[in-house]
Amino acid sequence: MTLKELERIRAKAQKELAVRGVEISPDSELKPPRPGEVRVVLRNCGQIDPERIEDYIAKDGYFALYKVLNMTPEQVIEEAKRSGLRGRGGAGFPPGQKWFFARQAVASRPAPADGTPPAYLICNGDEGDPGAFMDRAVLEGDPNSVLEGMAIAAYAMGATQGYIYVRAEYPVAVEHLQTAIPQARRLGLLGKNIFGKGFDFDVDIRIGAGAFVCGEETALIDSIEGRRGEPRPRPPFPAVSGLWGKPTSVNNVETLANIPQIFLNGADWFAGMGTEKSKGTKTFAIAGKVKNAGLIEVPMGITMREIIYDIGEGILNKKKFKAAQTGGPLGGCLPAKYLDTPIDFESLAAAGSLMGSGGLIVLDENDCMVDVARFFMDFTQDESCGKCPPCCLGTKRLLEILTRMTQAEGTAEDLQTIEYLTENISTTSLCALGQGSVNPVVTTMRHFRDEYESHVYKKFCPSGVCKGMFHYEILADVCNGCGVCRKKCPDKVIKGDKKVVHEIDLPNCIVCGDCYKACKFDAIAIRPGPTPKSRLPERR
Amino acid sequence: MTTLTINGKTIEAPGGTILEVSQANGIRIPTLCNHPALAPKGACRLCLVEVKGSRVLQPACTFPISEGMEVQTESPKVRAARKFVLELLLSDHPKDCMTCEMCGNCELQDLIYEYGVKETPFVGDHHEYPLDDRDPFILRDMEKCIHCRRCIRACDEIQAVNAITMINRGFRSKVATSFDTRLQDSNCVFCGQCISVCPTGALTEKDSHGQGRVWQTTKVTTTCPYCGVGCNFDLNIRDGKVVKVTSNWNNPVNKGALCVKGRFGWQFLHSPDRLTIPLMKSSLWKEHKGTEGAPSRYEGFVEADWETALDAVAKGLLTAKSEDGPDAVGILASAKCTNEENYLIQKLARREIGTNNIDHCARL
Repeated sequence: MTLKELERIRAKAQKELAVRGVEISPDSELKPPRPGEVRVVLRNCGQIDPERIEDYIAKDGYFALYKVLNMTPEQVIEEAKRSGLRGRGGAGFPPGQKWFFARQAVASRPAPADGTPPAYLICNGDEGDPGAFMDRAVLEGDPNSVLEGMAIAAYAMGATQGYIYVRAEYPVAVEHLQTAIPQARRLGLLGKNIFGKGFDFDVDIRIGAGAFVCGEETALIDSIEGRRGEPRPRPPFPAVSGLWGKPTSVNNVETLANIPQIFLNGADWFAGMGTEKSKGTKTFAIAGKVKNAGLIEVPMGITMREIIYDIGEGILNKKKFKAAQTGGPLGGCLPAKYLDTPIDFESLAAAGSLMGSGGLIVLDENDCMVDVARFFMDFTQDESCGKCPPCCLGTKRLLEILTRMTQAEGTAEDLQTIEYLTENISTTSLCALGQGSVNPVVTTMRHFRDEYESHVYKKFCPSGVCKGMFHYEILADVCNGCGVCRKKCPDKVIKGDKKVVHEIDLPNCIVCGDCYKACKFDAIAIRPGPTPKSRLPERR
Repeated sequence: MTTLTINGKTIEAPGGTILEVSQANGIRIPTLCNHPALAPKGACRLCLVEVKGSRVLQPACTFPISEGMEVQTESPKVRAARKFVLELLLSDHPKDCMTCEMCGNCELQDLIYEYGVKETPFVGDHHEYPLDDRDPFILRDMEKCIHCRRCIRACDEIQAVNAITMINRGFRSKVATSFDTRLQDSNCVFCGQCISVCPTGALTEKDSHGQGRVWQTTKVTTTCPYCGVGCNFDLNIRDGKVVKVTSNWNNPVNKGALCVKGRFGWQFLHSPDRLTIPLMKSSLWKEHKGTEGAPSRYEGFVEADWETALDAVAKGLLTAKSEDGPDAVGILASAKCTNEENYLIQKLARREIGTNNIDHCARL
């Protein structure tokens, strides 16, 4: 492959693409860009046919690689550093720095005599945060951008073999990669002597087996080595001793998809977006009680208010915003006072949360924060690898306490035990999963302590989530007897004639909440105390 | 040389981990998942120490030393963290030390004693696994497992068998064979290395149960009689009887490793069927000594002494050689003998008797 050939393919493909167009499947989760969005990582998703490398080349694909191969690896690292790009996997570690360390490690040891690669580059596509699917969107919609990013990263750090670690739950992503890799090999964009510059690089796919913890880079390396994915203590860092003991750089899909654009448009262009310490754009997966949920890409430094109210079009059913869980299950729950905080790595960390991979779950007034904390703890407990006791047993104890609280069995002592547990789990756990597992509990305790106290002392769930800790009451002065609740009630326990105040037959109410959700006049209120002679089955 | 301070004391060391350097300098750091024969894992979080500049506590067993490093191994923060970990471990551990085989020899018990963890503040589920006695030799009480993974690493690093690993995730994770089968249905070779490294009573020798605890037995180091490798191990003796075989980690031959025979095949020692004096055929005895001899338990055999027995053998061999030539004699050597013994016996065959009919059973 030469530059001329690449240009010829581009010209031909651009013409073809203009004629053919790309049909976006109607069930695609990725909507066209909304106002306020800036698409860098997602630029080609839905714009090209991901199974045709020519389409990617039509969008200037692999030109960045050509440019990079005419630079020295040191210049590439310098350019990446200058762009201010930080790792999009969660921790925000600059990839340029990672490559730099890996390159140093490669230089410090003798070249392998057995013909094995001197170093490895791994693309981390084990996207495990519930509700986050930006990596899938990129791998499915634009796999070549990741491959090009990998080749550039490998050149910079000195790797000759790359692995893409994708979850088995992403069959389409795997399929598209399986198509893209041979296509790139055929055009000489992967393999030996790329662009005739003496640079060898090839990529293989490794499929994960559904463990959340394999998103942690050292556990991921274990998994590629064919072992059970469990995080390793650091140091040694993967950059020094990673996959099969070789210097390894593990970069996130989104990070790698940014790389070709940085080298096409220049580091200054990238650094022109975002905040002082967090440059560029970030994809977010908005989910929860928001009208326009889905995947978006916005410049760093945007506020949560802009994301939720402008791009997300506000909260569903005219409810009040209560909190947003950012950073997935290891992130934190931020209340309304953080709505105007610019989103970047530092400000989210300062608020006790994480950027994470960019999950954003919006919660409204009908979400119980104790239950939310319990939900995330349930997830992390289930996904704990079981290696270190603080995470394996500590999260179990936290989960048990939170479960007790949501079942009206919490005690004042439990509140203290939660604090004791969270404080110690975060400092004694081995990896980021254990250390971060307490974040949802810590942040909800910090910002919504009143809800915890209500659960413990009043045995009342003010949000109306924890069954057996509240009941519904129809407000006589608000109800206009429209009858919607009566029709909605699955057990027909709401009585009342048309235009007459309705009433709930409490002993027979199963507290399903259908009436509460259906009432358009806010005439149904959540009241403390369980339903009398509750028909709910005895717990435990 | 790297200079660092541990607990305010300036130490110079050529390199290594904080744990290694501490141990070399007489500073004790508690450990559970660490074992001298295994690669460090950093799993148990008991060896956590404070490293200046580090956000979280670091495991001493894996953390390499560096120039100017400042380490605290016994600060209040460190001790509180260790106590926390012990409280968690105790919250999922049966408190039946009274009947536990490993009482007095249990590393968890020692640490719980040292850190004074009388009660755990955590109430909740604990594992309830039935005692797994489906296999010969190895008894598995997984309720007592603290997930230190020493057994898994021993199976992998020492024996290279990989019969056991962790299964499931989170609280449900458990050390097991694939698909949680019996050990005999896995590729387990019953070497018992897993037992030798288990810090608690989760893995124990089945035949030694109830026979005596560590303070009731004395250890006598001996060489394994089963084959010529010459592995050493410790016989655990109570009231003059062997009750258990344990690894001797200081031995240069096998460095603590044993096979199924060495570790579990000690019952023959006290078998009534065991021959403790040479027996001779009654007719042969009469031929040599002219008496009836002391009757033995075996019909047609009398109890002999070594001198008479060896005389008879020598005489028999010489007769065979002189009457029918040296090649009328054949000698089979044994794998249970040492190399030196096998060398001598071939010398006997070739030089003294003059035959090449010397072979070796090459098996037990």
